[in-house]
Amino acid sequence: MQLVLERRAERSTIAAIASPLIAIALTLITMSVLFAILGKNPIAALGVYFIEPLTDAYSLEEIAVKATPLVLIGVGLSFCYIANVWNIGAEGQFLAGAVTGSWLAVHTNGMGVGHWVLPAMLLLGALGGALYALIPAICKVRFGASEILTSLMLVYVADLGMDYLVRGPWRDPHGLNFPTTAEFDPVATVPTLIDGSRLHAGAIVALLVVMLATVVLGRTIMGFEIRLIGAAPKAARFSGFNADKLVLLTFAISGALAGLAGIIEVAGPVGHLQPGISPGYGFTAIIVAFLGRLNPVGILIAGLFLALTFIGGESAQISMKIPLDLTKVFQGILLFFVLACDSLIVFRIRILNPFWKPVHANA
Amino acid sequence: MHDVSPKGASLPTEPLLRAVAISKRYGDFLANDRIDLDLYPAEIHALLGENGAGKSTLVKVMYGLIQPSEGELYWSGQKIVLAGPSDARALGIGMVFQHFSLFENLTVAENVALGLPASESFAAISQRLAEMSRMYGLPLDPRREVWRLSVGERQRIEIVRALMQNPRLLILDEPTAVLTPQEADQLFVVLERLKGEGRAILYISHKLDEVKRLCDTATILRGGKKIATCNPRLETAASLARMMVGADIGEVRAASGHGPSSPRLVIRELSLEPDDPHGTRLENVSLEVRGGEVVGIAGVAGNGQDELFAALSGERLVPSGGAIVIDGRAAGRLGVTDRRRLGAAFVPEERLGHGTAPRMRLSENVLLTGHAASGMVKHGFVDKAATLAVVDRTTASFDVRKAKRDPEAASLSGGNLQKFVVGREILREPGVLVVSQPTWGVDAGAAAVIRQALIDLAARGSAVLVISQDLDELAEIAGRVAVMFHGRLSPPLDAAEATRQRLGLLMGGASTAAPAAEPEASHAVGA
Repeated sequence: MQLVLERRAERSTIAAIASPLIAIALTLITMSVLFAILGKNPIAALGVYFIEPLTDAYSLEEIAVKATPLVLIGVGLSFCYIANVWNIGAEGQFLAGAVTGSWLAVHTNGMGVGHWVLPAMLLLGALGGALYALIPAICKVRFGASEILTSLMLVYVADLGMDYLVRGPWRDPHGLNFPTTAEFDPVATVPTLIDGSRLHAGAIVALLVVMLATVVLGRTIMGFEIRLIGAAPKAARFSGFNADKLVLLTFAISGALAGLAGIIEVAGPVGHLQPGISPGYGFTAIIVAFLGRLNPVGILIAGLFLALTFIGGESAQISMKIPLDLTKVFQGILLFFVLACDSLIVFRIRILNPFWKPVHANA
Repeated sequence: MHDVSPKGASLPTEPLLRAVAISKRYGDFLANDRIDLDLYPAEIHALLGENGAGKSTLVKVMYGLIQPSEGELYWSGQKIVLAGPSDARALGIGMVFQHFSLFENLTVAENVALGLPASESFAAISQRLAEMSRMYGLPLDPRREVWRLSVGERQRIEIVRALMQNPRLLILDEPTAVLTPQEADQLFVVLERLKGEGRAILYISHKLDEVKRLCDTATILRGGKKIATCNPRLETAASLARMMVGADIGEVRAASGHGPSSPRLVIRELSLEPDDPHGTRLENVSLEVRGGEVVGIAGVAGNGQDELFAALSGERLVPSGGAIVIDGRAAGRLGVTDRRRLGAAFVPEERLGHGTAPRMRLSENVLLTGHAASGMVKHGFVDKAATLAVVDRTTASFDVRKAKRDPEAASLSGGNLQKFVVGREILREPGVLVVSQPTWGVDAGAAAVIRQALIDLAARGSAVLVISQDLDELAEIAGRVAVMFHGRLSPPLDAAEATRQRLGLLMGGASTAAPAAEPEASHAVGA
């Protein structure tokens, strides 16, 4: 038997929807094997991971809380990836936005300022993330440096920079020497949607961003430019679009959304700036972007799904003593299968006649 | 189907290669539909057909590159199955592809050695290569790097490479598409000689005069089916064309309307360094195209036509703005979009990937060149209805055939996509149109539609510049023809003076003043 990949005349719509589902199914099978190797019952483990969180209100709210940054960052990254621009440093831009937004919160702390503070913080966060993302973009356009490397390396710069701030100048004087800023004022905090819950207004922002991105990518000439440069760079140049401008633009958009996610996370569920505010949202969002087929609505669904793995991983650790790192393994396997299954959209698999046997021609 | 036995009543020998009822299916599409073909020793057999007729599929089956869905191959009467090209080569089947597979930075001998078994030493290969090229009159210097060579010389490498395996059947895929008329003549001498040695030759082409001149037998394919096998010398070009297309092809009508007026596109002493090391430097190119006329630029590929097109379209900016003037405005430093706003339009050679985004819909592909000036974009938003309207208008005016209203560009056949790409620009009524290889690889019916549209556009007062390697095309539509060679442009000749002979000499590098007898002499370096 022989398997052949055959190019399709048009991309298959069915495969475009089925591909992520197949990828998820393959991931679950692989995970079951891993659970079995660890000596856990795969069915029970998968139940804890994927079913239990869906059965109580607290976990559902937590899923939305975790999905918010993933969706915000993922939508931003999709702009880059559609344009064939490889921003791997969303984690750094997330932290940069958290820091620039927090700057205002830290410096107005306890001064009784008005309600303008939170909007200003969000704006500063987005701006900080965008500017931070422009560093690798400019290096690429100006010097031809690979944005994959530079954007990734800048993650560690942002991480250590933030570390310095919360251990040094911004440290809460009453914080018992813990590396954290003072708790933000209520006016500098993202309001919760339900009393007593951690679900906050950031989730609404994420939904608005999803809608806005759908319109921008699908309906505007800017969205067309971004899609064209990714799909056919030579045609984009012939079209008169400037490739360098689009590198800067897509990096700025994704940096802004990552920065916005950063400041919302700090001013929302966390409430102050401290190390470890992100369990790797910026990296997980890469998986979210691809699992969501670089489509804003798809990214919303994928973000919720991956948030589920975070919550499920935590409860699996508590109830079944499954290491939390397995969640990262899970996410890695998922990305692998998503990318592999993507070829189904452009190609179809054909099984050649199993009775066909090559007869060697005699020379 | 009316089969004619190729050489009269009695066949001298049994066929060397016999293909019986070959079918090849791609999904729902039948690229080859039960095709029979017999190839005899000492015979040049033409495989004729429009683009998409199934010629390439059939020869790929015969070279072992793809497996047929059904059907059988017989070699000297014995049934064979070719698992890959190496099987075919082992039998004695050689192939020269239309697109060369050569490493530009390696020498001729190195390229040849890469395709041969490692058992032979490099020195022996170089020696044999030199002998072979001398024996067949295919001059090549084994030590020269490929990037320094002309297209004709590169083709010789491919031919010599195939001959070094001493093939009994040689397949050539549109070998003259890239050659000057003189280079083609030299190739024909070589092919006659190979035939004289008793080899079978399968010659793929859609140039009817060549086939009539060179080939003993012709098999015509249309839509994946064999239409006929005949003796091309007993047919007329018109009857062959009818079999290829299935209908009579419309004659292109000469332009009526006002004659040439003032210059609308002026190229003035344009010099430009290439942006990649293997590109061609443009040197002092000057040309005026007046409103109402079609001007042609002939030349063998790779002599600076791509660079000239990029400079004209604005994909490359020209330092001195005045070197390119569109309707009286210096445009050298303007980008593509600004030049379009001046009323210019451009059609690049490459349909897929340059002229269109293959995986985008036609409604998005009209936006590709129309976003700046056609009212399809309002306040940054794309007016989807307006883009669809342009698709519909292009479809109707240029008879673009497609499966649905708004398919992806890549799903259209070559001819239909080219009609779309040319139509998209012509419907904007550009004052200046620059088009490169307007009918490259396009079937005869679509080519006639496109050429007529270019003539009509000029008749309405536009300046049309056509860059083409097809001399017949230029003879049909251009009022004046200039020739590009090594980045320089000859002064234009009037259509009456632009004989194939004169253009051919200019294409080979002869100056207008002193036509050299042997245009290739300057290249031919002995071993």
